[in-house]
Amino acid sequence: MTMSEGAAPPILVETPGLDGNPSMGPMKVRKRWGRRVLTTCAVLIYLWLFAPLFNIIVFTFNKPAGRRNLSWNEFTLDNWAQPFKDSDLTNAFLRSLLVAVIAVSIALVFGSLMAIALARYRFTGSKFTEVFLVLPLTTPEIVLGASLYQLFVSNGVVMGISTVVIAHIMFCVSFVALTVKARVRGFDWTLEDASMDLGCSPWRTFRKVTFPLILPGILAAALLSFALSLDDYIITDFTKGEYVTFPIQVNNQFRISFPPQVNVLATIILVVSVLLLVVTSMREERSSVAGR
Amino acid sequence: MAGGDDRGVRQGRFAPFGLLSPGVIWLILFFMVPVFLLVQVSLSTKPSRFANPKFDWNFSNYADALSDFQPQFIRSFVFAGIATILAILIGYPLAYWIATQGGRHKNLLIGLVVVPFFTSYLIRTIAWTSILSDNGVVVDAMRVLPWVGDDGRILATPWAVIGGLTYNFISFMILPIYVSLEKIDFRLTEAAADLGSTSWHAFRKVVLPLSMPGVFAGSLLVFIPAAGDYINNRYLGSAKTSMIGTVVQNQFLVQSDFPQAAALSVVLMVIITALVLVYSKFLGTEGLAV
Repeated sequence: MTMSEGAAPPILVETPGLDGNPSMGPMKVRKRWGRRVLTTCAVLIYLWLFAPLFNIIVFTFNKPAGRRNLSWNEFTLDNWAQPFKDSDLTNAFLRSLLVAVIAVSIALVFGSLMAIALARYRFTGSKFTEVFLVLPLTTPEIVLGASLYQLFVSNGVVMGISTVVIAHIMFCVSFVALTVKARVRGFDWTLEDASMDLGCSPWRTFRKVTFPLILPGILAAALLSFALSLDDYIITDFTKGEYVTFPIQVNNQFRISFPPQVNVLATIILVVSVLLLVVTSMREERSSVAGR
Repeated sequence: MAGGDDRGVRQGRFAPFGLLSPGVIWLILFFMVPVFLLVQVSLSTKPSRFANPKFDWNFSNYADALSDFQPQFIRSFVFAGIATILAILIGYPLAYWIATQGGRHKNLLIGLVVVPFFTSYLIRTIAWTSILSDNGVVVDAMRVLPWVGDDGRILATPWAVIGGLTYNFISFMILPIYVSLEKIDFRLTEAAADLGSTSWHAFRKVVLPLSMPGVFAGSLLVFIPAAGDYINNRYLGSAKTSMIGTVVQNQFLVQSDFPQAAALSVVLMVIITALVLVYSKFLGTEGLAV
């Protein structure tokens, strides 16, 4: 993917000594100033991006004065000692994890198969399938939620965990298919033929050749769609029935209480997902270096 | 797009359809069918609160919904539009800085952009209510300004909602812009400079046009969730800043007035799908799948 490889054309070699152009000086100064302004902006933008995170993490150490942990009162470590103190919250958290595990596993299978089909074969309707796959991602969540709600209500389906899982699979499938497809573009699929020529069965070829090739894409898709599922509010709001997931529970009790355990659980999710992100990207970097 | 240079890509007859079918069937059942149902309900009449809607080509739902909720409609598009512009103004410089100055740390720097989005969207928004609260540091600092006054506040204003929308969806802007900037060979700007162009001129004539696909994709990806959102309004806004999402949620889940809410959703969906189709006609679907 690197396009700037190879030797640079000789014209681009800097020759400051030969340069008699008087306008060069001020322009360089201006360029340096421009760069400084840009860097300052970038730092400020990063601070802005991280401001809520600092807030969330700092407030895990707060002993709130009332029932809502929104303004600073007193330092404490109690919240970290008892992260599961609020049982409603903990149960909702476990429900969210359960939904994410089921929905993401199914979506990974469906989505990866679609990605293989799109990346490996040329067929009539592939272009159309791609647009069709993008549509759920570019439809506002509120429309997805409302239409599923309509489907379930008019068919007399009692909403609960199954409807939440159905909805989460729906928005994860497209996501997985497109992420995996983007990662497997440019693969040499003749490796499969080679494997078969050497006497491997199709199943063994899939296990030993195809699957390892698409695995990094699947891992990335798994991580991101797990985060999407865990975090989803709007679509879940419409399909939940009496099934209360973590974001829904936080919202439902917000008027009465916002315990510091919310911040603790959010911080745990954050730390775990950042660690996973780092580990997978490091593995990928290593394997791409090894593959070179 | 189909990867013409991929080796071993083959003509498929049945295999691709077999592989596609589980996912496609799922999407038909739980995406296409519900959306058609939503359109049908938007043209139905609901005789009483607990009766089922009856389909009778009742177009008046659209007229009623649009006139009853015109302010929310306008607000949604204005808020989402401003949030999209702000996201470009904030996201472009950052993406440009990472692409040009990031050096060896590019991947780390772009990874940092995504990190905040691994905490819950709802909890991030609640964190903003804490940061911007009336007795918080930010509002205290703002009240020092001569034109603000002692009762100045940020929460419950349109700007709080717009700020929340911009913040919550900005990674969808930064990533596609970064991807398009990464593809640019920056020796082009050096070439332009050698040919006597100023760096601003080189940026405007070379880099900006080449990165426009990223800006378009990002705009769509920010505008879509922002226009349909109701969480930012719920936590950062007030009844005076309610949006279409607020109305649809309320009509569906509280009032059970399905036809009007369906009509509102359909209008939102049609406008956005039109934008997406125009986009993918010119630039393909690749850029939308970040």
